[in-house]
Amino acid sequence: MTDVTQDLPLAIEPPPPATSGLVGWLRANLFSSVFNSILTLLAAAFLAVTLPPVIRWALVDAVWSAPNSRACRGAGACWAFIHEKFRFILFGTYPYEQHWRPFVAVLIFLALILASCDRRLWGRRLVLLWLAGLVAVGVLMWGGIFGLSYVGNELWSGLPLTLILAVVGIAFAFPLAILLALGRRSRLPAVRTICVAYIELIRGVPLITVLFMASVMLPLFLPSGVTIDKLLRAQVALILFAAAYLAEVVRGGLQAIPRGQIEAADALGLGYWRRTRLIVLPQALALVIPPLVNTFIGTFKDTTLVIIIGLFDLLGTINASLNDANWRGTSVEAYVFAAAFYFCFCFFMSRYSQMLEREFNKGRRR
Amino acid sequence: MTVSGGEAPIIELRGVDKWYGDFHVLRNINLDVGKGERVVVCGPSGSGKSTMIRCINRLEEHQRGQILVAGIELTSDVKNIEAIRREVGMVFQQFNLFPHLTVLENLTLAPIWVRKLSKKEAEETARLYLDRVRIPEQADKYPGQLSGGQQQRVAIARSLCMKPEIMLFDEPTSALDPEMIKEVLDVMVELAEEGMTMVCVTHEMGFARTVADTMVFMDRGEIVERGSPKEFFANPKSDRTKLFLSQILAH
Repeated sequence: MTDVTQDLPLAIEPPPPATSGLVGWLRANLFSSVFNSILTLLAAAFLAVTLPPVIRWALVDAVWSAPNSRACRGAGACWAFIHEKFRFILFGTYPYEQHWRPFVAVLIFLALILASCDRRLWGRRLVLLWLAGLVAVGVLMWGGIFGLSYVGNELWSGLPLTLILAVVGIAFAFPLAILLALGRRSRLPAVRTICVAYIELIRGVPLITVLFMASVMLPLFLPSGVTIDKLLRAQVALILFAAAYLAEVVRGGLQAIPRGQIEAADALGLGYWRRTRLIVLPQALALVIPPLVNTFIGTFKDTTLVIIIGLFDLLGTINASLNDANWRGTSVEAYVFAAAFYFCFCFFMSRYSQMLEREFNKGRRR
Repeated sequence: MTVSGGEAPIIELRGVDKWYGDFHVLRNINLDVGKGERVVVCGPSGSGKSTMIRCINRLEEHQRGQILVAGIELTSDVKNIEAIRREVGMVFQQFNLFPHLTVLENLTLAPIWVRKLSKKEAEETARLYLDRVRIPEQADKYPGQLSGGQQQRVAIARSLCMKPEIMLFDEPTSALDPEMIKEVLDVMVELAEEGMTMVCVTHEMGFARTVADTMVFMDRGEIVERGSPKEFFANPKSDRTKLFLSQILAH
């Protein structure tokens, strides 16, 4: 025999007062224990000491326009320097009166990046959009047709150069990485050996070495008269380097796919490529979004290393503008500006990846 | 053997052997399955039952002997393997639904990509089979949101959407909670009544009694005994079969 312990459903009660609302949140998150309370107070004290001077320096006492750095000697930041050098920092040595061209190119890049964020657009159309966009960027930057004067890519610098290196780098490295990761798990020994050798070789070498090899050593091996463009060499070096790291990230995802998924796809007669594209990769890539974005962010920041082979990306033009004798002593402002720029891009990638993760994990949630 | 009416068997295994390393997992397996025949394979764990039916659609490779399915011999020829897999549906112990796709997408994926059906046709077929396995209302959910029994019924529907000639079941109820076993078995019984050719590895002896035309008992990699369920349960010939049945039917 069983006893009936509860005949009627219990009444629905509101939670006890101190666990909800602002007070409840404070209690749960900031003052849940003695130790936590001490940490909260210490953190508050730290912010109280450090934040006001930073705000005073960056905003309150800052000088926003001045003819040179002597005119803005003061307690605050000399943003006049950034103001004065803004166009050089953005577009560098690109001919001054043609600056609208890299400007439009940058806008195209940003539009493409934003369009790619919308999952509904993912598919063949987005690939075509990217190809069209890249062609448009090429036409704008090089010119030479449609009445645009020709601008050689040794003059490209600043923001467009950074975006080209990073975006083209990631766009080509990612598919290459997927092929390498698949190859590393292939049953064919030749394919596997090549992929393993490639990944281990590139991963074992610093990016600076790869860039130096591309810029200094590669020309030595080429027959005389044959030259490969410096930008192209740097771009290829970046792609090859990023692909090796990305391949290992992708492989991690591939290994996490249960054997049963592959068997189920096989049993349905999907075949290797369809199985990989429709079943394995969507799941594997969704699993490795955090390390994938980690590597993307790393690649984005690694583009700054091209400065050592004489390409002036955004950090390069910022560095170069510090050489102006009129603007001595403004390096802090310059690097704060550079840091803010890179932070904005990386933070955007990070937030977007978190959103994607939530989207992709919908199916896994119970 | 049990081929009826002199018709060629749809599945033929002739002297099939397989090893895992040094372990001889299948020993000289000979088995014919006629069209529309329902074969239930049972035996203690590790006896090679799963390995045998996984050889039929080449999820496992046999190393000696011949396997013919619908007249096509299974060799390392990828074209043959894919042709056979199109005609052979398989239901797994662990369901193996695709977790990143909705139930409906799970069902339409292979018909669209392998059978080249239009999306609309594939969805119509899919809804038909979801009805048949009695979960039409779950079409837009993800597998992770369903119970085990529901998932296994989706898995059966997924295989049926390919309109296979043969269905293989690899312990389809072993991973299910007891109260869900019946809902899956009911679907399988219906399928059997419609004349589907089935090879089923299972410990569900009640199910075997109801639907099987042929019982196959395997132990240590070989087929020890085969016969009609009546014979098989009433007077098993080999001692190994007797022992197995006494263990499995004791409670």
